[in-house]
Amino acid sequence: MPIKSYLVHAAPGHKEIVRNSLLKQMGCDVFPAENEDVLVLVTDTQSKQDELVLESKLAEIPNIQNMVLVAGFVDEKSKK
Amino acid sequence: MLERGVSRREFLKKLAAISAMSAAATVIPGIIFAHEQISKYDTQGISWQKTPCRFCGVGCGLLVGIENKKAVAVKGDPNSSVNKGLCCVKGYHSVMALYGKDRLTKPLVRKNGKLVETSMEEALELVASKMKQTIKDHGKDAVSIYGSGQWTIPDGYVASKLFKGLIGTNNVEANARLCMASAVTGFLTSFGLDEPMGCYEDIDHANVFILWGNNMAEMHPVLFSRMLDQRLKRKAKIIDFATRTTRTSKAADKSILFKPQTDLAVANAIAYEIIRNGWVHESFVNKHTTFKKGITNLGYGIEDGYKFKDDEQPISFNEYKKFLADYTPEKVEALSGVSAKDIRYLASLFGDPNKKIMSFWCMGMNQHTRGTWINNLVYNLHLLVGKISTPGNSPFSLTGQPSACGTVREVGTLTHKLPYGVVMKEGARQKAAEIWDVPVENIDPKPSFHTVEMFRAVDRGQIKFMWIQVTNPMVTMPNLVRYRNGLRKEDRFIVVSDVYPTPTTDEADVVLPSAMWIEREGMYGNSERRTQHFNQLIDPPGEAMSDTWQLIEVARKLGYEKWFPWGKEEHIEKIWAEYSRFHEGAKHGMAPYEVLKKQSGAMWPYFEGKSTKWRYNAKYDPAAEGDDFDFYGKPDHKAVIFARPYEAPPEIPDSEYPFWLNTGRVLEHWHTGSMTRRIKVLHQAVPNSYVELHPDDAKKMGISNGDEVKITSKRASINMPASINERGIPTRGQVFVPFFDEDYLINDLTLDAYCPISKQPDYKKCAVKIEKV
Ligand code: SF4
Repeated sequence: MPIKSYLVHAAPGHKEIVRNSLLKQMGCDVFPAENEDVLVLVTDTQSKQDELVLESKLAEIPNIQNMVLVAGFVDEKSKK
Repeated sequence: MLERGVSRREFLKKLAAISAMSAAATVIPGIIFAHEQISKYDTQGISWQKTPCRFCGVGCGLLVGIENKKAVAVKGDPNSSVNKGLCCVKGYHSVMALYGKDRLTKPLVRKNGKLVETSMEEALELVASKMKQTIKDHGKDAVSIYGSGQWTIPDGYVASKLFKGLIGTNNVEANARLCMASAVTGFLTSFGLDEPMGCYEDIDHANVFILWGNNMAEMHPVLFSRMLDQRLKRKAKIIDFATRTTRTSKAADKSILFKPQTDLAVANAIAYEIIRNGWVHESFVNKHTTFKKGITNLGYGIEDGYKFKDDEQPISFNEYKKFLADYTPEKVEALSGVSAKDIRYLASLFGDPNKKIMSFWCMGMNQHTRGTWINNLVYNLHLLVGKISTPGNSPFSLTGQPSACGTVREVGTLTHKLPYGVVMKEGARQKAAEIWDVPVENIDPKPSFHTVEMFRAVDRGQIKFMWIQVTNPMVTMPNLVRYRNGLRKEDRFIVVSDVYPTPTTDEADVVLPSAMWIEREGMYGNSERRTQHFNQLIDPPGEAMSDTWQLIEVARKLGYEKWFPWGKEEHIEKIWAEYSRFHEGAKHGMAPYEVLKKQSGAMWPYFEGKSTKWRYNAKYDPAAEGDDFDFYGKPDHKAVIFARPYEAPPEIPDSEYPFWLNTGRVLEHWHTGSMTRRIKVLHQAVPNSYVELHPDDAKKMGISNGDEVKITSKRASINMPASINERGIPTRGQVFVPFFDEDYLINDLTLDAYCPISKQPDYKKCAVKIEKV
């Protein structure tokens, strides 16, 4: 249900590695910045439970210096 | 919002991605995301259409993505020279404000004390018949309209024509009186014409930015990003001169804090130092300026019916110099808390011939009981050193609202104004009468009520009928308790046009659902004299109708069909053509409709197919004569340097009410939050208002972050959570409260004192006490 976007700050020079690790996760879209070690991550999960599982997987990815939640949407209509 | 679940999820994912990219652009200026990532959206059936942003006076150009007749996404318009593709968090989420669950879609009328649904025809008929009856029973000056700097230009123009030209009352005001009236009187007194001489491009040339009580990081975020970019590229310096530590102070190269109201004294001390050090640009001053003084000890308009007229008298340079002798840096340090060293530093920035300097200000200087004066004093500094009207040398008064300039200042939706000139001038009345095709006697030569007096007149019973459009005065009026009670009085009739229920619609007898922003065609005018057109891109919900068309329908029902003959398809184009006649010529010409439709805005004076970037400079301005500067707004073609003293505000903290109360905005919320609080992400970011305290004050009173605190002024009290060491930090002895939250009506506490020249209230200074609950 929840759709969230994050700003992900990769360790200097590790943007590609972080990108690949993120893309391996289910329900993740990744948009890396061209000129900074920063990526936009959009997560799309089907339930609160799935979301918690994904969050713990993301927390384990090395070389992520900081991850900031920017937007969160709950798709009420599709929930019904 | 969208018909199919899949589309909706895709839409939300797009919004989520774009939000994050925008956040990245705000925190990391210059960050770039690959074009194909962004344009990926272009290939998914979205058509991108240009419009100015709905929210602030920066006036960013946006591209709104339309899919299945819905607005589904937003990006900054790379063709807009305002924002060059940037956007802030409010702009990116702006389309979500169209789709709040409780949008007003049906008109409501009050029956037996309750608002009940009715048809648009019945509601508009009721509005027209009430207006007619009120005029018959109590005279034309018993009806009024209170509009907005968020009115489109056609809304304001039609309102002015109906009320001033046809009904014949000057009871036309707009909420921009509360946000930029002092800027207008500042311009008029110093230069004879309104609005900035420079433009945003000055940012790309200036070496120093001085922000006078202006939290630009939150209030004008895209311009602030452009400044940060210039700091990175060219090592430009940002000086924050304020009464509170904010995100702007933290990002600035230097933060200077001053005691409330003492900006007047500091500006004079800077002038003192400029003269003492011989930094005056003598040839510029001799050729292009005169010196004047006005009346002092003016009062504050706290009493009903207060009147003031300034009497400007010429003075010599030596008299001006003598006047400044009271403002040595040491004397002013004692009054303002700004060190003599910092005052000298500020003066040296103006004095350095190799530095181009921009001053920015907004509410800090305008919402001030001496707002006109402090505007004059900042112009003085630029004039003394000749740093004005050239790229990068620019005293720049910013506006808060998207069309405070376009609709209120240029159309003239204030009691004393006409689209060209003031009602007091016969020539201006004649011009309006000719363009409007009405007898000149229709236009009353006497201004009636400015905003505060207008609401007082409702309270007193002189005004019986008020139509409020695109604004929420039951959150924003100072000393609100009085004006809320005024609107509630027995025989008052209140009409409110809006897009969501608000504390103002709660007081209405008729609520008209309005079409919002891109649900209709219109134009806004931003802070840099830029007019921007937007097409109707989507349908309004239910029976919602544009404010322009509501006014036209009522005008026709009042028997004025002849003056509003246009069809729905063409009315905006026709209104624009008629309105533009007021401004024809090199000083204020407006771009033709076709040009506005095509490009991302045009700056007036638009003359012979060109926008004007810098006024009063013959190199750039088609109206300027001679070989350099020409301040043609004044009969002698000279700008005025004013001797304006420091005067204390009307209410000062004392032993019973020991704190200053300062109010303002936060980045995420637009004004009273009626739109942005319906956008989940923005609401979640700042869900409620709070009172910021200095950590030392909080400690002394045993107040911790989040504790409930009671704030009391002489007028009212309110309980709200404390905020300590969070977003902003007021100086000791001061508290700050954002006003966006209708659950905490902080304006119940504020004072309705105003600048006697501009009649703009001061929301930044009154006295309160603080208690832990
Ligand atoms: S800075 Fe103002 S105009 Fe620009 S996107 Fe933000 S709210 Fe809109």
